[in-house]
Amino acid sequence: MSHIAPPAHWRRAKERYRLLGSKCENCGSTFFPPTKVCPKCRRKGRIVQTEFSGKGKIYSYTIIHSAPKMFEKYTPYILALVELEEGPKVMSQIVDCKPEEVKIGMAVEVCFRKLFEQDGEGIISYGFKFRPADNSWKSLQ
Amino acid sequence: MHCMREASVYTEVDMMYKKRDVAIISAAATKCGEQWDKGLKDLAWEAGVKAVEEAGISGKDIEYLVVGNMSGGMFVGQEHIGALVADFLGLNPIPSLRVEGACASGGIAFFQGYMAVASGLYDIVAVGGVEKMTDVEQEHATTALSGAMDFEWEAYFGATFPGIYALMARRYMYEYGLKKETLAKVAVKNHYHGSMNSLAHFMNRISLEEALSAPMVAEPLGKYDCCPISDGAALVILAPLEIARKYTDTPIIVKSSVMASDTLSLLKRRDICTLDATVNAAEKAFRLAHIERSQVNLIEVHDCFTIAEVLAIEDLGFAKKGEGWKVCDEGQTYVGGNLPVNTDGGLKASGHPVGATGVKQIVEIVKQLRGEVERGRQVNNAEIGLAHNVGGSGATAVVTILARR
Repeated sequence: MSHIAPPAHWRRAKERYRLLGSKCENCGSTFFPPTKVCPKCRRKGRIVQTEFSGKGKIYSYTIIHSAPKMFEKYTPYILALVELEEGPKVMSQIVDCKPEEVKIGMAVEVCFRKLFEQDGEGIISYGFKFRPADNSWKSLQ
Repeated sequence: MHCMREASVYTEVDMMYKKRDVAIISAAATKCGEQWDKGLKDLAWEAGVKAVEEAGISGKDIEYLVVGNMSGGMFVGQEHIGALVADFLGLNPIPSLRVEGACASGGIAFFQGYMAVASGLYDIVAVGGVEKMTDVEQEHATTALSGAMDFEWEAYFGATFPGIYALMARRYMYEYGLKKETLAKVAVKNHYHGSMNSLAHFMNRISLEEALSAPMVAEPLGKYDCCPISDGAALVILAPLEIARKYTDTPIIVKSSVMASDTLSLLKRRDICTLDATVNAAEKAFRLAHIERSQVNLIEVHDCFTIAEVLAIEDLGFAKKGEGWKVCDEGQTYVGGNLPVNTDGGLKASGHPVGATGVKQIVEIVKQLRGEVERGRQVNNAEIGLAHNVGGSGATAVVTILARR
């Protein structure tokens, strides 16, 4: 990834820190990433911001062995598509879990972590990751 | 208007503006691979000259140039590729256009060129694709490629391109019982075809054991499940069918060329085991071409990763959902099988110069239909072929059906 300017982190920070998505008040659909238009209701839709519970299940996963420099020190890391209990899916790393223990259908919960650091003057980026919801992560502490 | 227009309306619009049939009068590609002695312009020049000579036309006859190129800016610090290639091929002052749709840039260029001739606006149109990828370090090249996914919500969270396809592969395995061995068989088959293609990036054959024991990139995908980073270019020349025989005895008819779009990010897909863009483009391409799947003699599919070949076979309609892997597992995808797939070695072995790939696939189909490829990988009496080009993880798909008559 090339150098990312501070405003590019800042403008998405709230959504990445608190797992904010959007919701259409007309049909009740929820969206992640946040959207500005409801594809079902279109002009009739009323989009508002919504905070997800942070609970979900692993829909699919991979163990990344070859990663860009900024993620290299975390390899091998688990990247997953997490299906939130509200419906939408998010792409996130799974932490506090050994690569051999991750599986499809596993219950996970959101946590707040450092995502990466950039070389030199780049700011440190934070956001959501997920961890096993059964508290097994506590034994790893 | 709140609802989306019905697909049939689009079809009628397409037919209304299609004034005439289009044919490919020449097709050429460079060798793919690490070509340190050639820059972007050299590659475009080589493919362009080969195609122009083959058609026996003069550069002056070409009225319009479309070039597919994904990321000249990030790979070689060069934008403005349309004008650059037109200038270098000596085509000024004709209009020149560079199109970008990630790894589908070449396919989109073809779709644009096809429309220009089919609509009656231009007669002789050159469609090229070019990418020079090896002048930068791998880290830089993968950064450029990761621009094809959603930067803010995928790459930012540690997603890599192999990682995105690995997520599809893992879910597909879970849903349909695919085994890693079958993916390895896809790579073995593509290397086998590639070993007979003198323009391929890799001409070495690999064994199932080698494929299975290769280092992991993004589990379950290992090194041999991933296509390489290649330099390369391809160019085809289009003409209205009614005058095509002036230039060649074997014009190849474009039965249809269709493009479709889907969500950029994988996380928003209806189903991550299906590329809806491919399904939609294929369905319409077959409808417009008035051709059945059973009539198709060979297909070139976008196997950027082995799992993508399995998905493509299903999404193009050659196998039911969840059964595409069986076609690969049984070896039906070899030349000589029921459904020869990627007879040039595919992206895996013949290489993936991203912006050129969509055009390179069409060159392969043209050569196959003319019976001009190396013995051993020539499909006997091939009449109809299909090319399938994908951008990103499936946000863009272009399906083109070609026929000898």
